[in-house]
Amino acid sequence: MNTRIQAATRQIDGPLLKVTDLRTHFRTERGLVRSVDGVSFSLDRGKALGIVGESGSGKTVLSRSIMGLLPSRNTERSGSVIFEGAEIIDRSLKERRKIWGREMSMIFQDPMTSLNPVMRVGKQISEGLSIHLGMDKQNARETALKLLYDVRIPEPEKRLDQYAFELSGGMRQRVMIAIALACGPTILFADEPTTALDVTVQAQILELIGDQRRDRNMSVILVTHDLGVVAGHTDEIAVMYGGKLVEKAPTRTLFANMKMPYTEALLRSIPNIEDPSHTRLNVITGRPPDLVNPPQGCRFSPRCEYVQPKCVTEEPPLLTAEHLDHVYACWYPVGSPVYREKRAQLDRQGSGATVGAV
Amino acid sequence: MAGSGKAHLRDSGDVLLRVEDLVVEFPVGRTGLKVHAVSGISFDVMRGETLGVVGESGCGKSTTGKAMMMLPRPNSGSVVFEGTELTNLPADEMRAARTRMQMIFQDPISSLNPRRKVRDIVREPLIIWKRGSSAEQLSRVDKLLEEVGIDPQRAAESQAHQFSGGQCQRISIARSLVLDPTMIICDEPVSALDVSVQAQVLNLLEDLKAKYGLTLVFIAHDLAVVKNISDRVQVMYLGKICEVAPSNSMYTTPAHHYTKLLLDSIPVPNPDVAVAKVTVQGEPPSPVLPPPGCRFNPRCPAADDRCRTEEPQVRQVADGHFVACHHPLFGGDAPVSVTTV
Repeated sequence: MNTRIQAATRQIDGPLLKVTDLRTHFRTERGLVRSVDGVSFSLDRGKALGIVGESGSGKTVLSRSIMGLLPSRNTERSGSVIFEGAEIIDRSLKERRKIWGREMSMIFQDPMTSLNPVMRVGKQISEGLSIHLGMDKQNARETALKLLYDVRIPEPEKRLDQYAFELSGGMRQRVMIAIALACGPTILFADEPTTALDVTVQAQILELIGDQRRDRNMSVILVTHDLGVVAGHTDEIAVMYGGKLVEKAPTRTLFANMKMPYTEALLRSIPNIEDPSHTRLNVITGRPPDLVNPPQGCRFSPRCEYVQPKCVTEEPPLLTAEHLDHVYACWYPVGSPVYREKRAQLDRQGSGATVGAV
Repeated sequence: MAGSGKAHLRDSGDVLLRVEDLVVEFPVGRTGLKVHAVSGISFDVMRGETLGVVGESGCGKSTTGKAMMMLPRPNSGSVVFEGTELTNLPADEMRAARTRMQMIFQDPISSLNPRRKVRDIVREPLIIWKRGSSAEQLSRVDKLLEEVGIDPQRAAESQAHQFSGGQCQRISIARSLVLDPTMIICDEPVSALDVSVQAQVLNLLEDLKAKYGLTLVFIAHDLAVVKNISDRVQVMYLGKICEVAPSNSMYTTPAHHYTKLLLDSIPVPNPDVAVAKVTVQGEPPSPVLPPPGCRFNPRCPAADDRCRTEEPQVRQVADGHFVACHHPLFGGDAPVSVTTV
């Protein structure tokens, strides 16, 4: 696609996307919900970043804040989002609409409800092509067909004139991807793109997103709660907890040398297919924090096994690990003397997870 | 797979539940067509055992769970629970039988009455079946709530929406235990929960199973979760059984091509494990017009003419390991070469 080539040659020094101290707060009856509370990171062209966290950690709001896809009422957004060298956080709706689809696009979690039920699939794909790229009807339809081939949907000619309800869940998600890719975006946000799909279909969709990323030299931000999904399909991982970014590192570094006890606890709570059955699972006691009244100090401290007095009073800043591209927010990271002492103590007590109160 | 047969049923031992030739079909509007949700499956569960049932959406795993409770009654087949045939039981006797077999559902919040206090929800079965005095009922309810990690005082004052998803699932578990059942059917009990909470609920189920000597049927789509909790695992595809085996042997040496596809599709939380190239494309076909022969044949890398015409029967390939496949990955008559791309 011609536009795609243009976008790629418009090379600018520095990262493609630079987010600095982004805050998104929602005014509610209960008080101010600090869904994203001072997040900073950058993303290079062609890279895949995974954002992981539990529900309510702010991962979805973060991706929508970057795109500016949030209602203006009762929302307070501050900080800086620099995309291709230009600040986009203060753009008006009209200006943002020029970015959506063409520069940044999004695949949503639920392909059933994100497609228009009364518009033919082909029309939904070609709509963006005619609006953003000014293609004529015939050209847009041909491009839509080519996109359906790209996303490997069976019998693409037939699909153009079908409605969403006539397609299976996997095919609908492929259509969503085709719509998102239509105008050759520079960044593709995929918000839990496979959560509603079966595991065999999930594998196909993740492979498709990866292939398209490489073919188009596109950046991908993959938002998910599943550490398994990000392990195989990202270059870097950002872990979110309570509206904050608590650890970020290249994927291999993160898995080999995680610093934040939360990341470790999250990984250890997943049943491992390699373990024999009835292996006792490690649990994280308690629940994610209330974002109206977040805990003092480190937001993970009420649930952390290694909590120390300092954690409860002082909030840890983002520190840099041995590798400069690895940052974490913890006073006593995994492997530190205090951590090791506490770990040994817990092991002596036989830290068998009990049926703890919630 | 798409297999039939009963080679895997056990005659000896304390069989709590025995299902034979279970068929459940639903009409498609007035077209005369039928959804073949469950097409003649047989299995059994020993007392004290946990049977895991896995498969993709539409494979009939939830329908199987509900048919065991006669919700609705199956079109044909037999379900024998604690020595009683359930399929022809009168309605009032069936209601009594359901006090012995309980169910936990996927969505913990919508399976609790939003207008009632949580403690009353858990107590209601005791009132309906007139078990004990009011004081005895309340002390039993409070004891169970404490065991599942819910503060009884808070439960007496609060409704379901005031609790989190994980807490609501704990409340559902307390409710299912209040009549002292022998078997609990768990239909995707943790798939709506966050991973950290999922581990809490899975551990809780293991603890309660040991404490009350429960028998569990655990239905889920997540293979790692099912492996963790089950003694035996049964893989289903399009209303048929593919493979039944002790969980450890199922996961180390799958015999059915579909089981292998499922295992290969699981994303591994380890970047050093190369992501397997997707070898099987497509999705399960419609259960309205299931393919003849083995129902997995259109997607199977080893399918031949026999698979397209003749339905495989369940047979044993290793100790306690049964598979319904003409060309299993091991234990077949002749080795099959499968070319994977």
